[in-house]
Amino acid sequence: MTGSKPYEESSYVPRTWRSKLWRERYIFLLLLPGLIYFLVFKIIPVFGNIIAFQEFNPFKGIWASDWVGLDNFKRIFEDTEVLKVLRNTLYISFTQIVFVFPAPIFLAIMLNEVANSKVKRIIQSVVYLPHFFSWVVIISIATIFLKPEGIINQILESLGYNWVSFMTNPHMFVPIVIIELIWKETGWSTIIFLAALASLNNELLEAAIVDGAGRWKRIWSIILPSISGTIVILLILRLGSVLDSGFEQIFLMLNPFNKEIGNVLDTFVYEKGIKQSDFSFSTAVGLFKGVVGLVLVLGANKIAKRFGHDGLF
Amino acid sequence: MHYKSRADKWFNAFNYLLLSIVCLCMIFPLLYIFSVSFSTMQDFVQKDIILWPSKWDLGAYRYIFSTETFGRAMLVSACLTVVITCVNLLMTSTMAFATTFRFTGSKLILRMIVFTLLFSPGLIPSYLMVRNLGLINSYWSLILPGMISTFNLIVIRQFFQGLPKEIFEAANIDGANELQIFRKIALPLSKPALAAFALFYAVDAWNAYFNVILYMNDTTKWTIQVVLRQIVIVAPPDNNLLSSLLREPPPAQTVQMAAVLIATLPILIIYPFLQKHFAKGVMLGSVKG
Repeated sequence: MTGSKPYEESSYVPRTWRSKLWRERYIFLLLLPGLIYFLVFKIIPVFGNIIAFQEFNPFKGIWASDWVGLDNFKRIFEDTEVLKVLRNTLYISFTQIVFVFPAPIFLAIMLNEVANSKVKRIIQSVVYLPHFFSWVVIISIATIFLKPEGIINQILESLGYNWVSFMTNPHMFVPIVIIELIWKETGWSTIIFLAALASLNNELLEAAIVDGAGRWKRIWSIILPSISGTIVILLILRLGSVLDSGFEQIFLMLNPFNKEIGNVLDTFVYEKGIKQSDFSFSTAVGLFKGVVGLVLVLGANKIAKRFGHDGLF
Repeated sequence: MHYKSRADKWFNAFNYLLLSIVCLCMIFPLLYIFSVSFSTMQDFVQKDIILWPSKWDLGAYRYIFSTETFGRAMLVSACLTVVITCVNLLMTSTMAFATTFRFTGSKLILRMIVFTLLFSPGLIPSYLMVRNLGLINSYWSLILPGMISTFNLIVIRQFFQGLPKEIFEAANIDGANELQIFRKIALPLSKPALAAFALFYAVDAWNAYFNVILYMNDTTKWTIQVVLRQIVIVAPPDNNLLSSLLREPPPAQTVQMAAVLIATLPILIIYPFLQKHFAKGVMLGSVKG
């Protein structure tokens, strides 16, 4: 197998599209598997969303199913369950932003204050670790700890409190979601803030030390402002995906007892679409979520750019 | 900045205390589960909190490995992880390399990639595609739909673009085609970067849960994560899975904890390697986004 010599030949071979394609044949060979993958699993299914405008019948297929216009979307706003699910989604997501978002900022700043680089690295390895555990593992651990005869209840009882059935108590659903999320992702999320802190202006810090600013003062007046740009852009982008509340985690935590509070848009789409085979309606809900999410993300990206940052795209 | 006042010392003490507590919170659940899984039922009932097994007992593990369900699930997960990692890495790197060239339609393809970054198909259309392809209950449904992560593709592509062009051109003049350049030059040069993504893909494959639930109705084809969920989160300890093959049942608690540990073990084993590499991967990723 000897290759053609496109760079040499290109100067004198007439560039018809056939010869050009022939010259690029190896590139296409490399490209082809990926291209097919993208078409089949990423592009065509996007157009599969048109079943949201149909009364899709799996036996008839997309081409023969009846068109119903926007009926499925009207159903979204008439269905009290969807509205409840939307409220749940927003509630969980905003609670996450309030409680989960600040945690890595705080941890990163405190990590940054550790002078001993070896100690710092050890702490980092420890706090990054949970990020790599599956949600099943994390919720299994939570279940083991929080079940009626679990260790948390043992402690509660030894302190004289009554035991709580955490995993089936609807009031405990959101707090547990938050704590699991903080446990899993706080360490990992510090990476980006630590990167921002690495580019800190040292002269400014030294000047502050000379001026007699204590550690807290320095953190508050120099270090925090210097990463505020990163914080703002991440916050804006997080707000842009406010309809995402973490599918797998919530799916795994749902049970008949906490469904009222825990059912979110994603789990609703799964339940309606896959379990009950109501394909068109659930696709409409999914599409609604996708479009709102896209608008929010693009908007958030634009705002982030206006703040003088690169944005995501 | 070695300016140490009394306030400084207090701050450091506070900081170290705080970070120690954070680390303890990360480690304690794992340590507890590890210790209980190796403990005897007696210890488990008598002691309030077990931090280290006083008498090592392998009953839970012996039981787990004697059950058909668990052993099979582990094997399935292990094989799938290996296959998925290889396939994903090959698919992602070939496409990433090909798109670094300018060729007929290359702009269109780059636009398509950005398009898929913005518009994801959604759960139901993706599911219907897999179903229409007849992949339900087939392991292909766990391999094919996730072969390329668009984000990884873009990052690896950027890495390939960063390689010195002169080497490729020299190879080209020597008569190597793009296929050969990819295999003989680009791949060897990017081993560290690809190792990082291999590890990321492997972790994802091992941890995969939802797509198994989605596409696998056949319980004999379940992976470890699904089985783990079944014996810890969903089913009460006295379900069939636990009691059917059992002659002398170890306590359900220790079995559950052993199961958690086994499902986590591969992660804990590769974590040291992962750590060395993910810094690279994350740095590559932070170039954009």
